[in-house]
Amino acid sequence: MNVAIIRFPGSNCDQDALWALRGPVGVEAEYVWYESTSLQGFDAVFVPGGFSYGDYLRCGAVAARAPIMAEVGRFAAEGRPVIGVCNGFQVLCEAGLLPGALLLNEKQKFLCQDVWLRADSRRSVWTKDVDQLLRVPIAHGEGRFVCDADTLARLQDHDLVAFRYVDQEGRTTPEGNPNGSMDSIAGVVNDRGNVLGLMPHPERASNPLLGSVDGLVILRALAYVSA
Amino acid sequence: MPTIAPDVYLSMGLTEEEYEKICALLGRVPTETELGMFSVQWSEHCSYKCSKPVLSYFKKYKEAIEGEGLENAGVVDIGGGLGVVMKVESHNHPSAVEPYQGAATGVGGIIRDIFTMGARPVASLNSLRFGPIRDGEADHEIVRRNRYLFEHVVRGIGGYGNCVGVPTVAGEVAFHPRYSGNPLVNAMCVGIVKTDSVATAGASGVGNSVIYLGSSTGKDGIHGASFASEVLGEDSEAKRPNVQIGDPFAEKLLIEATLEALETGAVQSIQDMGAAGLTCSTTEMSSKGGVGMEIDLDLVPMREADMSSYELMLSESQERMLCVAHPGREQEVINVFRKWGLNAVVIGKVTDDGRVKVWRHGRLEVDAPSLAFTDECPVNRLPAEEPDHFRRATEFRLDALEVIEPRAALSRLLECPTLASKLWVYRQYDQSVQTQTALLPGQGDAAVLAPRGTQKGIALKIDGNARWVYLDPYVGGQLAVAEAARNVACVGARPRAVTDGLNYGSPKQPHVFWQFERSVRGIADACEAFDTPVVSGNVSFYNESDLGEVLPTPLIGMMGVLENAEDRIGMALSPGLEVWAVGYRVEPGTQQGLGASAYLAECHGIENGRPLAPDLVLERQLCELLVTGVENGLILCAHDVSEGGAAFALAEMAMAGGTGLSVDLGGLHAGLERDDAVLFGEFPGTVFVGLRPGSGKDLEALVPTGLRAVPIGESGHDSAVCLKIDGRSVLTCGTLELAAISEGAIPELMAHVLE
Repeated sequence: MNVAIIRFPGSNCDQDALWALRGPVGVEAEYVWYESTSLQGFDAVFVPGGFSYGDYLRCGAVAARAPIMAEVGRFAAEGRPVIGVCNGFQVLCEAGLLPGALLLNEKQKFLCQDVWLRADSRRSVWTKDVDQLLRVPIAHGEGRFVCDADTLARLQDHDLVAFRYVDQEGRTTPEGNPNGSMDSIAGVVNDRGNVLGLMPHPERASNPLLGSVDGLVILRALAYVSA
Repeated sequence: MPTIAPDVYLSMGLTEEEYEKICALLGRVPTETELGMFSVQWSEHCSYKCSKPVLSYFKKYKEAIEGEGLENAGVVDIGGGLGVVMKVESHNHPSAVEPYQGAATGVGGIIRDIFTMGARPVASLNSLRFGPIRDGEADHEIVRRNRYLFEHVVRGIGGYGNCVGVPTVAGEVAFHPRYSGNPLVNAMCVGIVKTDSVATAGASGVGNSVIYLGSSTGKDGIHGASFASEVLGEDSEAKRPNVQIGDPFAEKLLIEATLEALETGAVQSIQDMGAAGLTCSTTEMSSKGGVGMEIDLDLVPMREADMSSYELMLSESQERMLCVAHPGREQEVINVFRKWGLNAVVIGKVTDDGRVKVWRHGRLEVDAPSLAFTDECPVNRLPAEEPDHFRRATEFRLDALEVIEPRAALSRLLECPTLASKLWVYRQYDQSVQTQTALLPGQGDAAVLAPRGTQKGIALKIDGNARWVYLDPYVGGQLAVAEAARNVACVGARPRAVTDGLNYGSPKQPHVFWQFERSVRGIADACEAFDTPVVSGNVSFYNESDLGEVLPTPLIGMMGVLENAEDRIGMALSPGLEVWAVGYRVEPGTQQGLGASAYLAECHGIENGRPLAPDLVLERQLCELLVTGVENGLILCAHDVSEGGAAFALAEMAMAGGTGLSVDLGGLHAGLERDDAVLFGEFPGTVFVGLRPGSGKDLEALVPTGLRAVPIGESGHDSAVCLKIDGRSVLTCGTLELAAISEGAIPELMAHVLE
């Protein structure tokens, strides 16, 4: 199992992903430079967080057009696992690999805090076995998930909502939804279920020193999805 | 021979005496470019011309300027081949006129100071001061302006730090009318470097290529350093063009490219372009290396083609570096920077004549000894004079001062912006990127990092209480160090080193210079007592406006080391613990610990009296006791008594843990005649700790002579904070209610700040 961690100029959670995957998750992982055009030898793709190209245009918009992304698209079309976290989620949306878009948080400010996540999709291999609530940090200014009504209905009807923001009791409430995301959506999968995007950072909840290891269940799913 | 009119050099901030010295050093009248370069390098910001004699109180500083030079003095060896570098820098004046960019470029500048040494920046901290943000505490327009500054400084710090991927792990914010015209924005950065890979800024190797790295040079920020060395006035708004514009994306690329280039071994020396970019990097690198440097400005990447040599040498465009490559290895450096999409251009070479020579359009615009810029600045010896308010503070008596109902007083303290929860602030900062933050803002008395590659932890804190310093600079300086040391000890770390940010008004005012001198003496003495050398720092003078000078505000950035990061503890009480007080008794004197206190200021509107002096020997033993108690697993949470006194500290522990507590504070300090002194007196050397029931004996066994450990109560109690004095109940309040006051205060004030 070897995971490609895509490095764009401005990625800043690339190292965190590498450490989490090589360390507690226990799989191989390597950086792949954005100018590369091959994912040969890799079993999964991790698009990390950060501020690719400074997020000076729409978040993820420039990175989505980087040379490596055509290959990530082909990789995803083969049904192989691709995960995008935070800016990586934005990149996957901009690349058309996931539905929806991420806009400025409802309260207009960057938010760094722990959130509670409920894994909702019973269909997706990423989440179907996740029963407990997960405590994972978010750190973003533009993480409010939005999509048109048809897309939202399709996400709901086809069980494509991977994670929702919830309160400590597991209920979707306005207080539990930090950025005002539509239907409290924190993460979605594509129709086929192999591509996952989420705003919270599982790699930041991967070590007891960081206060939570709840992110590991998501990262470990990489191995199941690829199998 | 052309002469230069006095108004030219005076407008650049040079005095007549300085101008004459420049002419003497050059043996001729300087060119306009040379004059501009001198004005920057001889500004207080770069030359420390007024502060040098006082900074020599810092032993390490004195050794460094007399010996090997300051740059390597900044690396603190933490064992295992790793070193920590850290530094504070102020960006007060830019933030006063353009808060977002001023704060952002402050963060960017100090991060560059760290990675230019070959260290990966692993944490940012900041210390902020603003005028009042509550209605009625200043004119409406001033309050509005202060809120605007607060809002955008915080945004600027987050906007830059979040993007470059350096977590902001700790900080502090305080408000006082004396900062209304001149906010303080001090940024601190901490990096980790392999001790055998520390980069040098001293150029060497005659004929070696000098390479310009990073963003192109534009006309922004010209004369920023000189701007920082004068008093803010009516025309400050016109100085907006002096403020640099930050590009955190370029900085992120610059970090990665620089560290990667250093790893190739092709870089002989490197320095960031700080104040006056090309001026400081060329003069300082050649002066430190004892060589000369010749550069051709025509080769510098420019944003605008028509820039003069003056503009190019004085520009403070951000995200730029200068390096010298080992012979024949230029291309390796260039390749790394090109990979990251950054400029890397050879613009000159190292020479053997000790002179900085600068060409533009085929003309030699600068030809001067590098040492003239860096070492020849005349040092000013300024008069100091004790101000009247110091005498008044000594004579202050409490007399018939009303004892405010404790619950009302505690509420007042919790809701005052200086003491209220800063959740609103730090939630806007990425605190956990790099996945090494083992104790987050709000969780403990200091932040803890668990750097990869070692079991050790690094505890970080930045702190300063200007009211204490204002009312007694010497004791205030000592207290700043003692408190920062206690704070890192409270999370389980041994205090190891200090960086300081020294912010004052104009040193030409004798009472300001006295405050500076006395407080630095206090800091220096305390650092000796704790064996925590001052390894770096920053002096910011001229923090004045038409509203007067700021309070003397020295800030202490403290770094401590935990042998095992996993041992770190926070301040949150969990239910079912014994609460103990550890520390030493302090003679409360006539002011009963209320002198210079937050209680007097917030509940009585009185800023008078003197803070109680710490016993530095006992303080150091207290730190050691705390660390041992944490390492042994005895102490489960800890928090020191500081602003707001014992009641405030206990309330914070209860709020952090979401639990209640019941304690009796009677007898902690003998001779207290008033309940408010017991509850809100600011006694140094007292720390509250939570212990497992029954483990107090083990703690007592560790307590050395002079210190004590006293059981005062327990946690739990229906989530209410219940405080007694000698069995008499004096304060009961629900923890959630207290937390609502503390956490609600700032968001409510900042809810309607306009863009």
